Amino acid sequence: MTLSEFDSFRPPEPARRRRQDGKRGTGRRRDNGDGSREMPMVPEPEFTSYYGRPVVKPAPWGDDVAAYLFLGGVAAGSALLGLGGQLTARPVLCRNARLGALAAVSAGAVALVKDLGRPERFLNMLRTFKVTSPMSVGSWILSAFSAGAGVSAVAEIDRMSGNRLPLGPLRKVLQAVEGPAGIEAAVFAGPLAAYTAVLLGDTATPTWNAAHGELPFVFVSSACLAASGLAMVTTPVRETGPARNLAVLGVVGDVVAMKVMERRMDPIAAEPLHQGKAGSMLKWSERLAVAGGLGALLGGRNRMVAAASGLALLAASALTRFGVFEAGLSSARDPRYTIEPQRNRLAARRAAGITGDSITTAG
Amino acid sequence: MGQLSGPTDPTADAHWEHSHPRKGFFTDTSICIGCKACEVACKEWNHNPQDGNLELLGSSYDNTGALGASTWRHVAFIEQGGERIVEARESGRALVNLGMPRIGPPTPASPAVADLAEADTTPPDTADFRWLMSSDVCKHCTHAGCLDVCPTGALFRTEFGTVVVQDDVCNGCGTCVAGCPFGVIERRSNGTVKVATSRDEQHAKHPAVPNAGIAQKCTLCYDRLVADETPACAKACPTTSIKFGDHDDMVETARERVATLHTQGLTEARLYGANENDGVGGTGAVFLLLDEPEVYGLPPDPRVPTADLPRMYRRAGMAVAGMAAAAALAFLGGRE
Repeated sequence: MTLSEFDSFRPPEPARRRRQDGKRGTGRRRDNGDGSREMPMVPEPEFTSYYGRPVVKPAPWGDDVAAYLFLGGVAAGSALLGLGGQLTARPVLCRNARLGALAAVSAGAVALVKDLGRPERFLNMLRTFKVTSPMSVGSWILSAFSAGAGVSAVAEIDRMSGNRLPLGPLRKVLQAVEGPAGIEAAVFAGPLAAYTAVLLGDTATPTWNAAHGELPFVFVSSACLAASGLAMVTTPVRETGPARNLAVLGVVGDVVAMKVMERRMDPIAAEPLHQGKAGSMLKWSERLAVAGGLGALLGGRNRMVAAASGLALLAASALTRFGVFEAGLSSARDPRYTIEPQRNRLAARRAAGITGDSITTAG
Repeated sequence: MGQLSGPTDPTADAHWEHSHPRKGFFTDTSICIGCKACEVACKEWNHNPQDGNLELLGSSYDNTGALGASTWRHVAFIEQGGERIVEARESGRALVNLGMPRIGPPTPASPAVADLAEADTTPPDTADFRWLMSSDVCKHCTHAGCLDVCPTGALFRTEFGTVVVQDDVCNGCGTCVAGCPFGVIERRSNGTVKVATSRDEQHAKHPAVPNAGIAQKCTLCYDRLVADETPACAKACPTTSIKFGDHDDMVETARERVATLHTQGLTEARLYGANENDGVGGTGAVFLLLDEPEVYGLPPDPRVPTADLPRMYRRAGMAVAGMAAAAALAFLGGRE
């Protein structure tokens, strides 16, 4: 740029990034700056950025939040299995699912609070109800779910300990509300599993936002297979028939929803799902889910096979959540994933004759 | 809940009953000289702590890097050669040719370029090289992504139509950081910033980093606005590159200015944020840029994520129904 003696101290300029599918940009036409010819309405996609710095900021969320995505799913699915066990007289499945739901939702809530910038203010989450904020809606869902899951699990703990919890006259109340509490938890189970997908989708983080249409289906499927996996690990096979069914349904839903999601997303915004750490996590997640699903389907009546399949399913769900989480964060760190899809959609709208909705105007 | 997208008056949407005009900035980058007086004035007025460790970033004269929790004005420096200037002029002309409102016929030849060929009168803007400087700031969007997704109500819409964080309410959940399509708001870390040892005594009295752990961004100097004062950055700007006033006046000024530049042949001039039909419903802070927005680190087609929220909730509802159906099926089909 300049020819000064200090040029050697300049850091190297960041390499201009090209499309990674091998097509090289042809550069812009520069031969008609005099306005004698019509200008191209859709410029060649050429990616420029401000010194390669990100445009949007990644959410300041650590692995705690990814862990919560997983644990919340486990809790939600477990509450459904618990209600099923409760209604179809499968006491061991019911007990283990209820305990699993309480453990998972408690650990998840602790992880969420720990991730706050000001953990001591966590109760501020409940100072208002805001439908435009998935985090606010989710906080209320989580609270409502935890109430039901907590009551039904405490009833189980009381029963397991031979009525030794110091409840006094409250024991009768507990036993009376135990069933309704299990139902209440199951009512909020679906929303608990799905709202996290809306939470991620309702951000400017390119990969999450581009996935917003299908991510809820991925997340509820992942919740189903994870909770079923937990039940298959904890519960004897004579009561886990429904859990095995749910595991298979969850695996099918997870694999199909993921494929549909990747196909419907903006192809550039989908790239982080296939690259780096996130890419390998999601690849292994699919393999483990299929393996666990096949195990549940074919060998689920064998206690050992069932437990191994259950572990595979739990790992698959955790990898799905961490993979999607990580892919989003890395898409926010690279300006390409913000700028290129936006440029492309703007160019597409202009090509379709829609010129009134651009943030950049000539006047 | 007000409107989620499209043109609207954000103050009325937030149910303010008395009518203050919406306030905003117009940042005219064509007369910015990159003095960073705005950055300094902002830091001083708002008591913002040091950001990072005083590194040299190697990006022209910009060692601030980006807007963030402790940097509410950021001056971008871009060095461009002749080739890129022609590209910018072309892309600006393409915008004019799109038939945007309020545009006269495009000037066929560029008189400014012809002038410059004869006499080298304006060294910083010759055809060979130019230096773009732009003072970036929170856009105070009509539909603010950060405000929409804030779960605690810490972010609120002021009577001036701006968006402000209540420091004592925010619990640092970080949702707003991901919700901002411009990457403005950030959670302030209590990080590793060290103050000079000689000042230890002075700093021991008050915390070195106030408001650590909560989201922070430009307030459009809310404390000054309520006292009918100009925000610190606009007050400090020596070239009036940063203008402050009623939002409608700012947009009007911006349109006049871009028209003037176009008649001078500077077709690279364009407005950013002046269109209320864009993805964020127009911004409270309007910019005049001399190249495409991404060159300045601005998104080319931002869209407030909440605009799609009804669809997301519908899809989530379908997923919940699917999950319940799968569970029912699992139990009904599983009697064995």
